[in-house]
Amino acid sequence: MTEGKDGKKYTTISIPTPLAEKIKKRIEGTGFTSLSSYVTYVLREVISGMEEESEEAFSKEDEEKVKERLRALGYLD
Amino acid sequence: MPKPHGGKLINRSIKKELSETADLPKLGININLSEDIINISNGVFSPLEGFLHNNDLENVLNEKRLTDDTPWTIPVLLDFNKQDINEVKEGDTILLTNKENGVLALLDIDEIFTYDKKTLAQTVYGTQDTTHPGVANVYNMKQLLLGGKITLLDSRTRKFDEYNLSPKETRILFKEKGWKEIVAFQTRNPPHIGHEYVQKTALTFVDGILINPIIGKKKSGDFRDEVILSSYETLIKHYYLKERAVMSILRTSMKYAGPREAIHHAIMRKNFGCTHFIVGRDHAGVGNYYGPYDAHDIFSEFPDLGIIPVFFRSFSRCTKCGSVVNDKICPHDQKYHINFSGKKIRELLQNGEIPSEDMMRKEVAETILKFDKPFVE
Repeated sequence: MTEGKDGKKYTTISIPTPLAEKIKKRIEGTGFTSLSSYVTYVLREVISGMEEESEEAFSKEDEEKVKERLRALGYLD
Repeated sequence: MPKPHGGKLINRSIKKELSETADLPKLGININLSEDIINISNGVFSPLEGFLHNNDLENVLNEKRLTDDTPWTIPVLLDFNKQDINEVKEGDTILLTNKENGVLALLDIDEIFTYDKKTLAQTVYGTQDTTHPGVANVYNMKQLLLGGKITLLDSRTRKFDEYNLSPKETRILFKEKGWKEIVAFQTRNPPHIGHEYVQKTALTFVDGILINPIIGKKKSGDFRDEVILSSYETLIKHYYLKERAVMSILRTSMKYAGPREAIHHAIMRKNFGCTHFIVGRDHAGVGNYYGPYDAHDIFSEFPDLGIIPVFFRSFSRCTKCGSVVNDKICPHDQKYHINFSGKKIRELLQNGEIPSEDMMRKEVAETILKFDKPFVE
């Protein structure tokens, strides 16, 4: 985790108490050791799912050069 | 195609007049470190731009993540002894050199720091036992670490370069082939029928497969690199659709760090543009240091890895089913199961015998036997 300006590695987020209670029940007997570890997991999953697919920014010239090599090596017809 | 790990494909390679570097202090490095430099420079290790700083090292050990929260499990470190190089300090730029592959690279030193070998070994390998090859390597490391960005200036053309594609090249290749979903298969051996079963089972659900042998330092009795490559070429030629399979090599050293290394292997394949990665039983394991499926379980810690693991458990040939099976699909007793024993196949080949076609394709075995010395001596 990038350290915040205050040098802390972790920060506190408020969620409604009933939700916290539901989560605590939900994670009983799972590999999650705390409410925080579960919330961190879910947020990482959500954020990474929002990442767009790759739109490579190779220049036309670069791409042609690579294709030429790939053809020479038999990877492309 | 997935974004490169960390969002950007790293390129730390420039052409520079070597005369400009003549006055820089030089540090000779071993072949493994020089391979790390190449892998950093061409994006195989994206998002790394250099060797880890102390805070990143601590985070990788404690959290299995870089300090910016990007998953990363294997420390990429540059070790040195004070006597290896005259007076260097943070802020200096030095030249890293290796004679074997002609690597010449600049290192901008951000940090010089100490580390604890026991902690490093215990955390990465789960043991301090020096008979573990990875632990032994840690204990052989030098006193200090250098953290900072590298810039590759030069490296020599080498054997097997015609099979060596960078992430940029594989990404363009996959795009040209129209592949959107690609599964990667890592290997260190010629293919037997079990490997083919795993690869084709995974390939059934995606557009293409990247067969990605790890090339490099081998121990006595291992198949030589050229044997592995030729045998795969034969398999692809006879048993794969040309438009569905690609083979290129990866030059990196095996760490035998089991679960942590499985994540590292997946990250490298994500950078090549793969969407899926095959993880077998005891992936990157050695001896009995890890449970057979530890390398599967660790993936549940990384919902944000950005590449989908495809888990395979043990598989065998069932004489009753008449096909390759795994424990999820075959109801028959163990007595009907014949395991794919790499050791047995090796013994047969060592005696110049062709293994049964239940174990290895005849064409593959013949390709191996064409070599006078298929094994490392």
